[in-house]
Amino acid sequence: MKIHEYQAKEIFSKFAIPVPRGSVAQNAEEARKIAEEIGGSRWVVKAQIHAGGRGKGGGVRIAETPEAVGKIAQEMLGMTLVTPQTGPQGRQVRAVLVEEALAVKQEFYVGAAVDRARQCPVLIASAEGGMGIEELAASRPEAIVREWIDMGIGLPAFQARNLVFGVGMDAGLVRAGTGVFNQLYKVFESLDCMLVEINPLIVTEDNQLLALDAKIDFDDNALYRHKDLLELDDPNEQEPLEREASHHRLNYIRLEGDVGIMVNGAGLAMATMDLIKQAGARPANFLDVGGGATTEMVTKGFEIILGDENVRGILINIFGGILRCDVLANGVVEAAKKVAIKVPVVVRLDGTNVEEGRQILARSDLDFIVADTMADAAAKVRAIVA
Amino acid sequence: MSILIDKDTRLLVQGITGREGSFHTRQCVAYGTHVVAGVTPGKGGQGLDGIPVFNTIGEAVDRTGANASLIFVPSPFAPDAIMESGAAGLGLTVCITEGIPIKDMLKVVPFLKRKNCCLIGPNCPGVISPGRCKAGIMPGQIHKEGSVGVISRSGTLTYEVVHQLTQSGLGQSTCIGIGGDPIIGSSFVDMLKLFDQDPDTEGVVLIGEIGGHDEETAAEYIRDHFSKPVVGFVAGLTAPPGKRMGHAGAIISGSGGTAAEKIAAMRKGGIHVVEHLGELGKEASEVFG
Repeated sequence: MKIHEYQAKEIFSKFAIPVPRGSVAQNAEEARKIAEEIGGSRWVVKAQIHAGGRGKGGGVRIAETPEAVGKIAQEMLGMTLVTPQTGPQGRQVRAVLVEEALAVKQEFYVGAAVDRARQCPVLIASAEGGMGIEELAASRPEAIVREWIDMGIGLPAFQARNLVFGVGMDAGLVRAGTGVFNQLYKVFESLDCMLVEINPLIVTEDNQLLALDAKIDFDDNALYRHKDLLELDDPNEQEPLEREASHHRLNYIRLEGDVGIMVNGAGLAMATMDLIKQAGARPANFLDVGGGATTEMVTKGFEIILGDENVRGILINIFGGILRCDVLANGVVEAAKKVAIKVPVVVRLDGTNVEEGRQILARSDLDFIVADTMADAAAKVRAIVA
Repeated sequence: MSILIDKDTRLLVQGITGREGSFHTRQCVAYGTHVVAGVTPGKGGQGLDGIPVFNTIGEAVDRTGANASLIFVPSPFAPDAIMESGAAGLGLTVCITEGIPIKDMLKVVPFLKRKNCCLIGPNCPGVISPGRCKAGIMPGQIHKEGSVGVISRSGTLTYEVVHQLTQSGLGQSTCIGIGGDPIIGSSFVDMLKLFDQDPDTEGVVLIGEIGGHDEETAAEYIRDHFSKPVVGFVAGLTAPPGKRMGHAGAIISGSGGTAAEKIAAMRKGGIHVVEHLGELGKEASEVFG
């Protein structure tokens, strides 16, 4: 679960990671008042969406008066912000963060993540803050310092020092710097995060270390033990059909193509998306109905696939295991009767009780195109999109 | 022969009294697996179809000589169940449970390695040595005894592949679903090492998917150390970056993990990569035939 920058900064504050003074606003008047309360002579207004690269899309702007803060907030709120990470459809801005603008002397990247290959947390730092860490890892891997963490021990002082000295922080900042890494790891560990990122961590002209940006991604599987974090979820950031699907325990991801798919199992669903592409079309979605797909779930699956107006054909690909093909075929027939389907549907069933399943499809008065194998399914999809 | 499990496996089921646990225990027994014990804390003394249930693994092992465990415990309690299995000295633990927090697995995996216990999963369909033993949730009847090893990160996709192999007349020595999570107990390489030593495995099918670098590591291992032919497939050529495709571990991140990169690495490693899933059985017949 991703959260907004302002929410991540509130968490940082609780963990004593210094952040610029500021607050979130939902309208222009609030934004102006926040600027007045903070005081000073320069402010920054930042659009709050769950995607990076906001500066490139006009989502981060400087103001010289509280009135200008209000005016910029007015312009940002409600706008659709397109950044390199949002995709062409962009995201609607519903809140802005107003902060004091600071004079930056130096920028660092710092982050905590999971190293899959080494199977442990890793703290990452670089003196080239502001830049995307992944681009940096590709172009100049030597500019990145990493410390791998033994979870039974936590972050020992020497590893925090390795990071601080490794990125060349001034000797006067060692205390503050190691403090940031200690607290960063505490956030990561105690809140079950997949990723915590400060990019950039800045040194101001008066030698203060501050988190100028903040990004946190929580482990969805651990949210059951952090019920308070669920309040931070912003449903507006989720694609509406994906949100609807998740309410019905369906794993659906909307894509940009025109052939919808419904599959049991995530790996087979990905392989089925690939098959659509190989058949000369583009997958409209990923949809895993799981191993225990019921008629209700298949019905809902049809409704969600058809909620995407680009869909002009559907491929159902089910490999019957413990859940038998005849049960699934009955579910598909029942579901199809309930939902008005106006596009061709290719059904490919295989596995346990496949003959009974195919007979059920054939006996129904519905117009299914039945395929026997993956290769046959590809050919039949090719025929409907031709 | 086979790897991990065979006719001598004495299986213990953790969470045997739950809905999933009891259903799949019966399926394993029907396949011919020796399920010798169940463990559900607080339900010791009960039984399932004559299989005795114990409160602790220690007790179950003492009384029944169990030597492998299959776990159906819900995700909040599964990490503890895995550690109990490892601590009791069982050589193999297979965890089916999906949705275990990553932090828990980061602690559990090193713990099991210290105990020299092989962990398969979590979030996996389990292990089957066709005709000998099934420790998992896969449909037994699509398998056939033979000499092809199968290693995969997913469930139904593995069934699809196994089905094609069986239809092509290629039986399997052992099929392993290593799991769809980012942190799992055994990697492709761990399993390849076992298959390399198994005289009855003549070739391996390796089924990868987007996310992480396990396929790339496996490809290097195969190029440098593996003596048997390998056929491969990678799911997710059309997956968009930054989205988790069902499996917690199936995500293309900025540091890579795309299907195209994996396929390229696998080809470099000498693996016969199939791009059209429907043709996997045919390709396997040519390579292993």
